[in-house]
Amino acid sequence: MPTTSHSIPRLTLGPILYHWTREQVFDFYAEMLETPVAVIYLGETICSKRRLLRPEDYWELAERVAAAGKEPVISTLALIEADSELKTLQRICADERFLIEANDLAGLDFLEGRPFVTGHSINLYNQRTLAFLVQRGLKRWVLPVELGRETTAALIKTRPAGVECELFAYGRLPLAYSARCFTAYNRNLSKDDCQFCCGDYPDGLLVSTQEGTPFLALNGIQTQSATTHNLLSVLPEVTQLGVELLRISPQSTHTAEIIQVFAKTLAGELDPIEGTAQLRNWCPSALSDGYWTGKAGIATA
Amino acid sequence: MELVCPAGNLPMLKAAVDHGANAVYIGFRDDTNARHFAGLNFNDKQIREGLNYAHDRKVKVFVAINTYAQPNGWERWTAAVDRAVDLGVDAIILADMGVLDYAAERYPNVNLHLSVQGSATNPAAIGFMHRHFGIKRVVVPRVLSLAQVAHLIEETPVPVEIFGFGSLCVMVEGRCLLSSYACGQSPNTYGACSPAAHVEWRDTPKGQETRLGGVLIERRSLNEPAGYPTLCKGRYDVAGELRHAIEEPTSLNTLDILPGILAAGVSAIKIEGRQRSTRYVSQVTQVWREAIDACQRNPDTFRPKESWHQILAQVSEGAQTTIGPYHRPWH
Repeated sequence: MPTTSHSIPRLTLGPILYHWTREQVFDFYAEMLETPVAVIYLGETICSKRRLLRPEDYWELAERVAAAGKEPVISTLALIEADSELKTLQRICADERFLIEANDLAGLDFLEGRPFVTGHSINLYNQRTLAFLVQRGLKRWVLPVELGRETTAALIKTRPAGVECELFAYGRLPLAYSARCFTAYNRNLSKDDCQFCCGDYPDGLLVSTQEGTPFLALNGIQTQSATTHNLLSVLPEVTQLGVELLRISPQSTHTAEIIQVFAKTLAGELDPIEGTAQLRNWCPSALSDGYWTGKAGIATA
Repeated sequence: MELVCPAGNLPMLKAAVDHGANAVYIGFRDDTNARHFAGLNFNDKQIREGLNYAHDRKVKVFVAINTYAQPNGWERWTAAVDRAVDLGVDAIILADMGVLDYAAERYPNVNLHLSVQGSATNPAAIGFMHRHFGIKRVVVPRVLSLAQVAHLIEETPVPVEIFGFGSLCVMVEGRCLLSSYACGQSPNTYGACSPAAHVEWRDTPKGQETRLGGVLIERRSLNEPAGYPTLCKGRYDVAGELRHAIEEPTSLNTLDILPGILAAGVSAIKIEGRQRSTRYVSQVTQVWREAIDACQRNPDTFRPKESWHQILAQVSEGAQTTIGPYHRPWH
């Protein structure tokens, strides 16, 4: 691995994308506080009907994260349609104790003028969008997941000073959002009477092709990839580009071990190939990394 | 309420104008627009002729530059904006904040519309785009119910355009990467969903198979109709059951709720289908012209004519149509 002037990227823990029980969420974060992640994103980003944790609960968790010497970031809903959703977002954004991640354009409206983060569902595809958002207060952006090495390199090269780049480095890929709840749809329930059936699928509901290939995972109004995107396999390249942060997206099991594998590989204590072999045992179906090299997201290098 | 119709080439543009469109939307022949299909779209000479034809008949022409530019190729998007302005089109339909920033700064007097690909679904998002780029219209994604559309119109100073008819995107436009996940190219990056170059059709003993980027997205018996091969409308295995996991091969038709659309204060209604035929544009434009005129005359007693439904059904993709997200139970 060639030496560079770039420092080692920090690890971040993305928001929990699934509908886990309240107890499971609190247990999960108690465990995560002991891991080597530097940043923890907290908040419901998928469905406004999921209210097992309220903004107050996430703020309390954020205090704990800060007390543990990590950076808390409050993450917000990815698709804002209803008035009630907009009001909740406004309430979350009115709190100025913590950095906030905007995931819908509405967040930009409320957060403009103070430091904020854009999540992967904000379409930041080029240098002009980046410069424009930096002028509004953007401090860190998570690259849209379909973009790869070439665009990452070009954006990092031309970015304004002081803005950090975060990559979605591990997890089922967030691919699409809809008005329809696909989990309820496939359980023959209406969205208004969903019975919170998404809670039955702690890593999403698997969709396979007619020849049995795992293809997608349904998570309420979000469609994810069935494969788990993994940048560990190309970590030396990622590090060389000067990316500051790497996001690990929570899964219902093995998240702490996955973080350890990334941390050890970043520290040079574990070979990326060997680390990837370990991750393969813990991901729900298979690994992929095609987006990084400009190929289909489902592909592997 | 303006009727905005699609044109993938000059004969389609003329057909839309002749059959009653108030505006026609078109694109350039590259990946700067979301219907980047082989053989489709306009060169400058065709646009000039189309503009003359439309303007002579008091019809507007909009150019869609509604994909997302990356650093490699950025100049193609700014050049497209320059071209559209030079040609004198009536509005430019944009999605990318960087391209919007460029256009608003360089051409403060040009009409900018926020494309459906810009993913603005609420007053705050639209307000942000309006404040910074002075957008004159927003095309809203197909996720809102009609009640939500009506409420949005009350809450935003920006005139609202909605999709009324055509192929139905199930996901929030501009925020769907399913196509690039399967084949490497998406509407955002390439200007097409499920691009033809990545689609394979094959007859097998198990039935006719459709693959996108090698992924089996549908297998049907030979007597079942084949639709446009978008992966969100294929049949998959969900917990051991074969089903349309995302959506059935259905398309959008809002004719039945036209009085509600008018009452909500919608400024323009858009017909999808720049990739379709001249016949499609002629027939759909004519039906919608008649329907809008009839509904505006007598909104309280308006009922769609059976003949309109028959014509629209003949040109619809898939066997069925739906009111889609405008009707809450669809969600």
